[in-house]
Order: sequence, then C-alpha cells, then structure tokens
Amino acid sequence: MAAESARKFEALEAQAASLLDGFRQAGYEQVAPSIIQPADIFLDQIGEALRGRTYVFTDLAGEELCLRPDLTVPVSRLYLERHPRAEIEARYCYNGPAFRFQPLGPSPTHPREFRQAGIECFGAVDRDNADAEIVRLAVEGVREAGLKEFRLRFGDIALFYALIETLALPERWRLKLRNYFWRPPEFHALLGRLAKGERPDGDGAVAALAATLGTEDPVRAEELVADYLETKGLPLSGNRTLGEITERLLDYAADLRADPLPKDVATVIDHYLAVDAPSREAADRIAMIGQGAGIDLGPALSALARRFDLIEQAGIDLGPARFATEFGRNLEYYSGLVFQIEAGPDDVASTVAGGGRYDGLLRSLGAPVQVPAVGSAIHTERLLAAIRGLS
Amino acid sequence: MQAPKLSIGVPAKGRLKDTAASLFEQAGLSLRKSGHERGYRGVVQGLDGVEVVFLSAAEIVHQLKAGHIHVGITGEDLIRETLPDAERSVEFLAPLGFGRADVVVAVPDYWIDVGRMADLEDVAVQFSRAHGRRLRVATKYLNLTRRFFANHGVAGYRIVESVGATEGTPAAGTAELIVDITTTGTTLKANHLKVLEDGLILKSQAHLVAARAAAWTQDAADLKRVIRDRLREAS
Repeated sequence: MAAESARKFEALEAQAASLLDGFRQAGYEQVAPSIIQPADIFLDQIGEALRGRTYVFTDLAGEELCLRPDLTVPVSRLYLERHPRAEIEARYCYNGPAFRFQPLGPSPTHPREFRQAGIECFGAVDRDNADAEIVRLAVEGVREAGLKEFRLRFGDIALFYALIETLALPERWRLKLRNYFWRPPEFHALLGRLAKGERPDGDGAVAALAATLGTEDPVRAEELVADYLETKGLPLSGNRTLGEITERLLDYAADLRADPLPKDVATVIDHYLAVDAPSREAADRIAMIGQGAGIDLGPALSALARRFDLIEQAGIDLGPARFATEFGRNLEYYSGLVFQIEAGPDDVASTVAGGGRYDGLLRSLGAPVQVPAVGSAIHTERLLAAIRGLS
Repeated sequence: MQAPKLSIGVPAKGRLKDTAASLFEQAGLSLRKSGHERGYRGVVQGLDGVEVVFLSAAEIVHQLKAGHIHVGITGEDLIRETLPDAERSVEFLAPLGFGRADVVVAVPDYWIDVGRMADLEDVAVQFSRAHGRRLRVATKYLNLTRRFFANHGVAGYRIVESVGATEGTPAAGTAELIVDITTTGTTLKANHLKVLEDGLILKSQAHLVAARAAAWTQDAADLKRVIRDRLREAS
C-alpha cells in the first residue's frame, strides 16, 4: 500500500491535534513511547494470536524486537519506568503509529500501519469514576472530531467473574470457566462436559493411579506419583515439576468422584451469557437472573449501575447504548469494563474506538502491586473515514 | 540450445534430494547438471525445453509462490507452513510417495496428566500460575502450530523458534513442548517425548506442485502434464 496523500496526512494530523488538545485539557500528559519494543515482554502479554499479527524481528545484535501492535503495553511500560513502585496516580495521552500484519492483505479499513490516539489512566482507586471518565473522553473526542452518528457498546468481564465466584462450584472448575471464557466455543464445550458429568478419559493406568491419590496428604500423593514415574521409566527432565503433575492428577481424581455440574447452575451461566440489551435493561435482567438463582452479585452489579449513572451524569445518552455479557470475550487482558464506539450501518459497522479496564496488566509487566488501569484508543484513520462518510 | 519452456525446481540437498533424483531416473527422465553455474542448473535427458533448477526444498516453495519456476518438488509441510492459503498460490499435481513425515505435537513422557490437546490449555494456565510465564513451544513450524493450537482452543503458550535439535529443548529447559516432524518416532522416544493422541498436525510427503503465478504457455502446460504423468507412474 502506498503512503497516504498529503491532504489525508494533513487531515489526520489536524484530527490528532484536536483529539490531543481535548485529552491534555482533561489533565492527561502527552507521552511518546518507543515504537520498537522488546518482543519478549510484549508477546508474553498478548499471546500467540496477536503475535501472528505482530511484526517481530531480530536486530543485528540478536535481540528479538517488535513494532508495537498497540500502545497500551508501551504506555504501561513507560509508566512503570517512571514509577517502578506504581504508587503514583498518572494520566497519559498519545498519538502515534501501531503496526499489524493483515492476513487478508492491508486495506483502507484494515491498514497494517495505522495511528492510534488514546488515553490511559493508572492508579485511580475510584474505578467506576475513572471508567466513566475514560468513556466520556473517548466519546467527546470522536464527537468533537466531527462524528455525529455512532453507537456505544459495553461489556464487563468483572461481572462474569463475580457470577462464577458466587455459584456453587469447586474451585478447580471456577479456574477452568474463567480461563475458557475467552474462547466461547471451548467454553461452551466445557460447560456441556461438566453438566453431562462426562468423566475425563485417558490412559487406564494413569486413571488407576489418580484413584489411589488422596487430597488430604499431598506429600504422600507426590511420593506415589514419583514411584509410578520411576517404575515406568519416565524421568523428570523438564521445567514442569512433580508437584504440578500431582496437582493435576488430584484434580482429575476429584473430577472422577464429583457429581456433574448441577443443571440449574449451567442454565444460569447460559442465561447470563445470552444477555444483550439496552444498557439499563441489561443490568435489570442480570439482577433478575441472580435473584432467580438465589445468588447475590452484589458489588459487581452495583458497580455497573454506578458506572452507568456516572456516564449519564457526564452527558452521555445511554438510551441507544447496548450492554452484552459476551462482549469483550476476545480481548484477553481486560479485567472489567470494556467498550467500543461504532460508526456506520450495522452490517458494516466500523469500530472507531475501543477500550476498557486492565487491572492485571501492570502487575504482569513487573509492578510490585496490582495497579488499577483503564484506557481507550481511537483508530484515527477509521474515525476520519467515518466522518467523511466512507467505510 | 533453445530457450527453456518450463523450469522445474528439484531439491538439491536435505532428505528429499536423493529420492527425488532416483524417482526421475525411474520415470525415464534423468536429470543432468549443466552449464558453468556450479551445477545449480540442469536439463532433463529425453525431454527438451525443460530447465532444472536445483534448490533447497524451502527455497522451492518461495520460488513457486513468486512464479519464478513453473513446477517444483517439495514437502507438503513446507508448503503449508510457508503459504497460509496454499491452494491459492500452488496446485498440488501429484503426491510422490517419499519424504513421508508427520508434523506432531509432542510433550515430555513424564507428563502423565497430559494425553490430548485439551489438556494443554489447562497445563498452560497452571504453568503460568506456577512459573509466571507462558508455556513455550519449540518449533520451526510457526504458522502450522499457531493454526492448529487455535483450532483446538489452546492459547496460553508462546512459540520459541527452533531450527535444529528441537527434540532436545524440553530436557534442556528452553521449551516445555515441541512441534516437529517425525518419521518413525524413534528420535522422539529417545528424547523421552510422546505424541499427543490428537496431536497429529499434518501427514506430509513430497509433492509435485505447480505455481499459479508462473508464466504458463501452451508448451509449458504440455510439459507439466508429461512430467506429472511420468512421475505418477514411477512413484
């Protein structure tokens, strides 16, 4: 793809300048993190799916590097570089290029090189307030850039975690459900397996071994597993430990003895994941599902309501905004609110901005504590196209 | 000598080289090296108008994609790995019955709690909890691995590129599991690795393939059919 024309370049620059102006006025300091990032840190966070779309290369010194596929991780690293103890509240804004390989070839709506203008807010302890602030700034940004018609969509990962936490489930199943949440087809299959009470299968000898293990004495269980490995001539020779193998065999043994997942629990999860409605209505429906199941979604549900209140108080009409419990299931580092701003007709909607809360990310980038973090990025080429009525 | 009408890429080294040459022999199409270019070019005895280009099996895939050669002999594993949408760039003309190898997912055999792909995702979660990093898969098949793992819903891993002695990486501690080719399984066993029950990614063998992007004249198409039919009979 050839470079853009001078006119488009000027239009993008002017748009970015106006977006950054708004962000700076709201107290966000402008930063410019490195375009070239260490591949290692990045890929450990985003996983292989995005790696397949990241330009990774080795430089002449043999260091593995990448062109940043988005700016959230680079800005988070910049925050940690300035504040290694992560004890400071900080707000940053940026505008700059990001790069993604497009498997179907680059196109105007899916360029391999595009500019993101965005905001990130770290360390703000009033999470609902910070969430609402980010949504407000993103909405005001696209509006002031000239976008008249758009739709807001919300989701909330924390609400799903709260649901799983309150349901009567063994911890090992909770872990699985939380992890599989990001992959809807596998999640559905897992739920089906647990509900049918399908036994894990596998090597008969291993099943027999697992059946002899008791949870009450983990040391003894490890000894039994070690004996088994020795008899079979299977040396421990890699990074996974005997303890890890034993732990999974104990889970396996527990599954062999467990009753299947109660039908009504599976139904509650299914009903919850089917909620897709105008925001306020969605919140009511989730509350009703909780009441029907006799569970209290408590703080997570009131956080959702408070967040909606704050967004409305910021002058954003929630009427046409939708909330879907499934929304955000493909964005693995988010931990709470997720949102998108879409423009254009429904069938060919273009996502001009997106964002959400990612409280776990900074910790995994090396912060000594969990750091509240929320942000949003605007896809500036798409925004410009949407304003000009192109799709 | 007249200008060549069709060029064919033939493996010049590696495990496909010798068998490829003897297959041509059996098909009555002896390959002869020619010219002064240190033996990288050749002709087919008894078939005028064909230029033979001796290349590595991996390079043949690239030359086919670019359309610099009309046809070539190379492994299906390399084609599928290098060309994400293989059928769009090449046409598979004939499987040749040699160079057979399976691309498989293999884990240390002491992982008695792991038998299938579905187990891997659970192990990935446990591993990152215990070790603070992702499970590493050593392989040279980056694309095949990514696609296969995605189809099985396995996400919590990362790839470390490995171009040689991949089967030794789990014991050396530089990876936890591997994706590699195996013919008899002996090397895997010797390294205390086992293939997952549903861990077969691809059953590969050498193929004769045609490049869609090459300049196809009537003569080239005719020569392609002759070579295809003779190799089919001989294989």
